[in-house]
Amino acid sequence: MADLSVEFCGVKFENPVVLASGILGVTGDGMAKVVESGAGGVTGKSLWPYEHAGHPNPTMFGTENWFMNAVGLPDAGPEKAREELARYREKCDAPFIASIVGGSIEDYVAIAKEVVEMKPDVIEVNISCPNVEDELGKPMACSVVKSAEVTKLVKEMTGDIPVAVKLSPNVENIVAIAESVLAAGADGITAINTYGPAMAIDIETAQPILANKVGGLSGPAIKPLAVKHVFDIYGASKCPIIGTGGVTTGRDAIEMMMAGATLVGVGSAVYYRGQEALGLIVKEMNEWCDENGVEKISTLIGKVHENS
Amino acid sequence: MKILNSVPRTVVIKELITESELVKTFVLDVSLGAEPGQFVNVWIPRLDEKPISVAGDDGNEMRLTIAAVGEWSKAMHEKVAGDTVGIRGPLGKGFEFEKGKRYALLAGGYGAAPLYFFAKRASEVGCEVDFIVGARSKDLLLYVEEAEALEGVNVHVATDDGSAGVEGYNTQILGELLEEGGVNCICTCGPEVMMVKAAEMAKDAGIDAQISVERYMKCGLGVCGQCVVDGLGVPSCIEGPVMSLEKVLQIEDFGKYHRDHLGKKHNF
Repeated sequence: MADLSVEFCGVKFENPVVLASGILGVTGDGMAKVVESGAGGVTGKSLWPYEHAGHPNPTMFGTENWFMNAVGLPDAGPEKAREELARYREKCDAPFIASIVGGSIEDYVAIAKEVVEMKPDVIEVNISCPNVEDELGKPMACSVVKSAEVTKLVKEMTGDIPVAVKLSPNVENIVAIAESVLAAGADGITAINTYGPAMAIDIETAQPILANKVGGLSGPAIKPLAVKHVFDIYGASKCPIIGTGGVTTGRDAIEMMMAGATLVGVGSAVYYRGQEALGLIVKEMNEWCDENGVEKISTLIGKVHENS
Repeated sequence: MKILNSVPRTVVIKELITESELVKTFVLDVSLGAEPGQFVNVWIPRLDEKPISVAGDDGNEMRLTIAAVGEWSKAMHEKVAGDTVGIRGPLGKGFEFEKGKRYALLAGGYGAAPLYFFAKRASEVGCEVDFIVGARSKDLLLYVEEAEALEGVNVHVATDDGSAGVEGYNTQILGELLEEGGVNCICTCGPEVMMVKAAEMAKDAGIDAQISVERYMKCGLGVCGQCVVDGLGVPSCIEGPVMSLEKVLQIEDFGKYHRDHLGKKHNF
């Protein structure tokens, strides 16, 4: 059995596989169940400082190659978040990453202030959701200036709790955005959010299928693109990264770590392999390490950079 | 890895049957091989998509019985034969049955639709079935005549106002059947307060039960987390909607509260 533990911005995780935001993250019990099956930690659904309705259905669907969603960031606000995090803490000890979101910079500051009181282990700032553009405009993660500004203001609220900023792949130069949020004080980066906006059309009715018409694309098809983004960000900054995008197997997760990820975010794999997906991925990583004589998985972080 | 395709497809509505003022049955020109208790997501472009239990799937056509209670279902009721609707599924776990066993089906209101489908399938393989339907009044009863036409199915009716069958609750009829003995399993679908009663009765009688747990479902794929039940921590859209008595007794919200589209709790 290899030592799968990793340290992310000073927080210890028993293994690197964490639930990505927006998947099974509505309730404390649902997330604790993912940990029970073997995950190293979880990221909750993005929290708003106030109630926020999402989109009507269809909100999610996929094929064997890709998964598409436009859930639209529904949330009941901080009171519910406090209750669910307390439930999660009652049931398990694995770190909790609180994802926060807002419609304006003021919203991010307000929710950061609320969330700090809940004492999450890490705060992830979601500035990159591609399915709320009608409501909120281009994600802040598309602007070097705005992404740095929101990072700086959130950091002023968060004290000792490490902050990771979740970036969008839908930009010309993700490394420039990563460098700007790190310079603004971010402790780490989550890369990447979903691709898009993407669209699927029902050809019999000539209608876009998502109620929101467009949504974010995830799943196996985007993995090579996510790996390259993580590779580039790590190459430029060597910062702690939650590498997210299309990881469905233990081999995928190892690949993401070699590109530079310290933690590996897993979301759409739940569609392909069920709520146990993260536990299965951890088991496969363990087996791979044993077969390949890897004693400490942390030695794999950024390993491909030694050869390129 | 499981090969999945959950993209909705458009199918034609072959026929509409008016069941009552509020309820219509849609006969769709498609079979998805659905089992009783499973559901499909039914999509009206640009409006919404809702989970609906399957009332029949004979290998050629599928039946959905839908009450006009909201914007989406009212739009469904405006459709005519030849119109289309989007569909994906079958989703979730349905009822299980074993040849030769005796099942007491407890249906409240619209819960009669999936349980009629169950009665049909189970009676075809030689199960003995008691189909106990309850509704507020006669005009709200569903699938009584259809069930009476099935061989090996005993139909019992209760209405709150006594306009058909026994005056009172269908759980009284269930109680009498359980006292007589011989029932192997209770299968129930309908208002949660009725299903809580059924679960207690099954427990007291020392028999098994299968309960269709209705929660606010969004994706139907076990991904979004909207319908996760407390205690078990699992999405009811794929681990349910039909769950065993043993599992249902571990659901902390069963009979107590459910969650809305934001995940906020509401007491029953």
